[in-house]
Amino acid sequence: MKIVIINYGAGNIQSIKFAIERLGYQAVLSNSIEEIKAADKVIFPGVGEASSAMKKLKESGLDTLIPLLTQPVLGICLGMQLMCNSTEEGKTKGLGVFNVNVVRFSNKVKVPQIGWNQIENFKSKLFNQVLEKSYIYLVHSFYAPLCKETVCTTNYEIKYSTALQKNNFYGTQFHPEKSSKIGEQILNNFLNL
Amino acid sequence: MLTKRIIPCLDIKNGRTVKGVNFVDLRDAGDPVELAAIYAKTGADELVFLDISATEERRKTLANLVRNVAAKVNIPFTVGGGISSVEDVDILLQNGADKVSINSSAVKNPNLINELSSKFGSQCITVAIDAKQINNEWIVHLVGGKVPTALNLFNWAKEVELRGAGEILFTSMDNDGTKDGFANTALAKLSNELNIPIIASGGAGTIEHFVDTFKKGNSDAALAASVFHFKEIGIPELKIKLKQEGVPVRI
Repeated sequence: MKIVIINYGAGNIQSIKFAIERLGYQAVLSNSIEEIKAADKVIFPGVGEASSAMKKLKESGLDTLIPLLTQPVLGICLGMQLMCNSTEEGKTKGLGVFNVNVVRFSNKVKVPQIGWNQIENFKSKLFNQVLEKSYIYLVHSFYAPLCKETVCTTNYEIKYSTALQKNNFYGTQFHPEKSSKIGEQILNNFLNL
Repeated sequence: MLTKRIIPCLDIKNGRTVKGVNFVDLRDAGDPVELAAIYAKTGADELVFLDISATEERRKTLANLVRNVAAKVNIPFTVGGGISSVEDVDILLQNGADKVSINSSAVKNPNLINELSSKFGSQCITVAIDAKQINNEWIVHLVGGKVPTALNLFNWAKEVELRGAGEILFTSMDNDGTKDGFANTALAKLSNELNIPIIASGGAGTIEHFVDTFKKGNSDAALAASVFHFKEIGIPELKIKLKQEGVPVRI
C-alpha cells in the first residue's frame, strides 16, 4: 500500500509519519502531484494558520488536485478545515469538499481548546471498533458546525463536528496521531478502507 | 467534556533526564524516551521536556531527542528551554514536537510571541512564566526565579495572550519545591482574567493538591516532576481520585 502524506510546509507532519510506522506501514512525504495521484491513501495534514496554509497549497497547485482525488483522503485538523467551504480564520476560502463554513469558538470558553475531549455519534467506518465517548486529543480555535457530512461530534460550548465524511473524503478535527490507542485505531481504520 | 490534563515534566541535559528518577522498571533511568513512553502508557495526558543543557551541540542533541520521542510516543509533548528564534521552533516542530514553550526570550523580546504565533499558529506556542511574590505583588522572574523583572504577573500574562500565546505555563517560585500545593489564588485569578488555558506548576506534593488546583485554582492542566518521577504519586490512582472528586479526567 502506498501512503502519501501531503507535504506543503504546514506544521508537524513528522508525527503522522511516525504514527503510521507504529502501525506497521510506511508513508512518504510528498508535494508531487504525480506521486499524490498514484497513492492508495492520501493524508492531508495541517497545523498553523489557515490563510497562509491555503496560500502554500495554491503555490503548488494542490488546491485544484485535492478535490479531484478518488482514493481515500484524510484531512487532519487544519487539513480538514481547509477541505470545507471556508474558514473564518484569515477569511479563507476552502477547497469546498465539505459543505460547511468553519467558525471560531466564542469567548464563553477558553480558546484554543487544548486537551482530551470525547467523540460520539459515529456514522463512518473510520470509527469501527471505537467506543462512543472515547477520548481524543484536540487543539484548535476554529470548528466545523454540525452539517450533513458530520460523522462524529464533540461538545465544547456547543455540539460540533469532530469528523466529516463525503464519499472518499474524510476529515478529523482531532489528531489521531496524538490520541493514544484510540487514535491509532482510527488511523488504522482509515488505512484499511 | 474537555478534561483536565496531567503533565509530567522531564528535565533534560545533553539528551538525558536529570535529577534522580526512581523508576525501578526502567532499564535506563536516564533515557527520556523510555520514561516518556511509560508515562504515556500509564495515562499522562501530555509531556513537557525542559532542556537545561548549555553546550554548542544543544540544538542538534535536542532535535534528535524530539525525533526519538515523536517516533515512540503517541501523546502530545511540549519542548522548552533556550528557545529564542523562529529557526529554533521550526527545527523542533519539524522533528515532531507538538508545542514549544518560551520563557526568558519572550520577556526580552515580547515580539517573538507575535512572530511565532503568526508563523506556526497560537496552538503550538506556550509561554512559561515564573513568578514570586515581593511585597504582596506577583513579580515575573527570569533564570529559574533568580532574577526579578519589572513585570507584574497578571499584566504580563494578559500581554502574552494578546500577542498570540496559545496557553500559559505558570510556575510559582514561592511554591516550587515546597510540596505544599499549587498557588491556587494566583492561578484562579489568571484563569478568570484570561481566555487561554492555564497550566499550574510548582508545589505538587499530594493527590489533594491536584484536586485543589483544578477546583480552587481553576487550572486547565497541572504539571509536576518529582512526585511522578519518584513514584510518590501514580498517575492512574491520581486520575481515579480526581474523577471521584468530580474533576473531569481521561481514564
